[in-house]
Amino acid sequence: MTAYIIRRLFMAVIIIILVTLIVFFSIRLLPGDPLIIFLGKNAGLEQMSDETLERLRHEYGLDKPVMVQYFSWISGVFRGDLGRSITYRDNVGTLLKERFPVTIHIGLVAFILGNVLGIMLGIIAALRRGTWIDSLATLVSYIGITIPVFWLGLLMMYVFGLKLGWLPITGYVSPFKDFWESTRSIIMPVICEMITGLAVIARQTRSSMLEVSRQDYIRTAWAKGLKERYIVLRHMLKNSLIPVITLLGIGIGIIFGGSVLVETVFAIPGVGRLLVTAVFQQDYVVVQSGVLVISSIVILSNLLVDISYGWLDPRIRYG
Amino acid sequence: MEKEQVAPVFSEAPTHVSEWRRFLRVFLQRKLVIFGLTILLILIICAIFAPWLAPHDPYRGNLRDALAQPSLKYLLGTDIQGRDTLSRLIYGARTVMLVGFVTVGIAASVGIILGITAGYYGGITNLIIMRIMDALMGFPMLLLALLIAAVLGSGIQNVIIALSVATLPGYCRVVCGMTLAIREDDYILAQRALGSSDLRIIFRHVMPNSLPPMIVLITLQLGSIILAEAGLSFLGIGIKPPGAAWGSMVADGYAYLLTHPVLSFAPGFAIMMVVLAFNLVGDGLRDALDPRLRGLL
Repeated sequence: MTAYIIRRLFMAVIIIILVTLIVFFSIRLLPGDPLIIFLGKNAGLEQMSDETLERLRHEYGLDKPVMVQYFSWISGVFRGDLGRSITYRDNVGTLLKERFPVTIHIGLVAFILGNVLGIMLGIIAALRRGTWIDSLATLVSYIGITIPVFWLGLLMMYVFGLKLGWLPITGYVSPFKDFWESTRSIIMPVICEMITGLAVIARQTRSSMLEVSRQDYIRTAWAKGLKERYIVLRHMLKNSLIPVITLLGIGIGIIFGGSVLVETVFAIPGVGRLLVTAVFQQDYVVVQSGVLVISSIVILSNLLVDISYGWLDPRIRYG
Repeated sequence: MEKEQVAPVFSEAPTHVSEWRRFLRVFLQRKLVIFGLTILLILIICAIFAPWLAPHDPYRGNLRDALAQPSLKYLLGTDIQGRDTLSRLIYGARTVMLVGFVTVGIAASVGIILGITAGYYGGITNLIIMRIMDALMGFPMLLLALLIAAVLGSGIQNVIIALSVATLPGYCRVVCGMTLAIREDDYILAQRALGSSDLRIIFRHVMPNSLPPMIVLITLQLGSIILAEAGLSFLGIGIKPPGAAWGSMVADGYAYLLTHPVLSFAPGFAIMMVVLAFNLVGDGLRDALDPRLRGLL
């Protein structure tokens, strides 16, 4: 097990290094003077004298070789210094720190609810195979996989916000300020962010439950006269959830990807929205840091999933 | 149970015709597959014959008819510039097809080449290629697209580049796995003993064997590419105005949600139907081509 964990850890470190390289060098591909990374396209670089440009380049370390620039950026990142945003005139680290709790709040609730509901739906569909519940579950999972989340957001906004007036249309309230208002404000965003993951999980749970139910030991369990509850919970569920666990890592990626759209639709001040505005304001340092931080979270959670997977299923460790 | 008897279509067995028939029978048996194929047919017809099908000019509106409610003249109403929603929807099919197929074409060909190289040569080549793919998969698709859009700017060709890069690892992984498995087969060893070159083995044996999962993967990927493209155009990073993309139509209708909900509802529904169609057809293809792929793709 230790060897397996070390191998996985080593691989995750390599992948994160590759991600930093991709993020760093893709921004360097910008056409024109690399100074626009730090000053923006509207800084009026053309009007500046050569001396000023030279001084600015020196200030931002752009006169050094590009690998040196990469390492000084990376060492800054590890010290928590992600650079400065040109639009907010503030440290990117501070900007992210303000917005991450919002994204995490909604994302975490969506992640937990989506997985729990998805697994439950998958189990029920598999146990009641061929009934209307099964058809309903199939329909829900097709809708979840195919619906554009921003459109689902608009639909709910129209029905529950504008027509029925049950929920606030946009905005976000911190749970520490007013827990009830906060819960009301995140209901629709949470549904949008969880729907895709829920559908994927329900599908996988259903098919692996059916797979397991055909195994010999399940037939033996039935033949022994065990109760359905016991068979489902003790024998089927344990084994059929193993492939579902691999999807948890993917689910975190789906939620972060979805947060970009959902936070835009509902005007929620989270990281996703910050990134979208940064793209439009050509605030490269913010885009670069935000993408880096989110990707690292996704990779690390995949690492955790891999490790727990190897722990649960010894066959994987030696694979 | 009966599905398991279906053999892969692309084997070199002499009973080629009957396998093709069997594939068609299993594939077309399901009502959902027929439903999906119908939607795709409508999409293709709309994309090809848009100028003849669209009742109005999709780009130039009549300002006097701005924000018209659905009527006989404008079946789905008009937007703030008086442009007919239905006509824009029909022209939007062209954007969907263009982005979907060009992206899949680029991503699949690059992914297949990299995957075969990684799987066939193994060792350090495999290690380097697959770790880069892992890194690309570490980015959520929309974030990678945002990063690329931030660098290259918005516009349809940049959306295609971004989505190609984001979806490439999927093909690479599947092909690499297939190649690794096929490489160990005895008939490849026999080929090698006969003196076949690497290229001959790859083109004659490895490629045809990886074709069925590729076809399924491509169909399913088309759905997620269209969904991602819609998301990017919704954010405003996609086709530039006055071009018609369904995602940006949803965004344009956002401001008139209370009074003119159809402006947002119609294009969103179109996106969902097309993505659903690709998923239904993809699932059907998977079960008809090779049921062993269930759960893998």
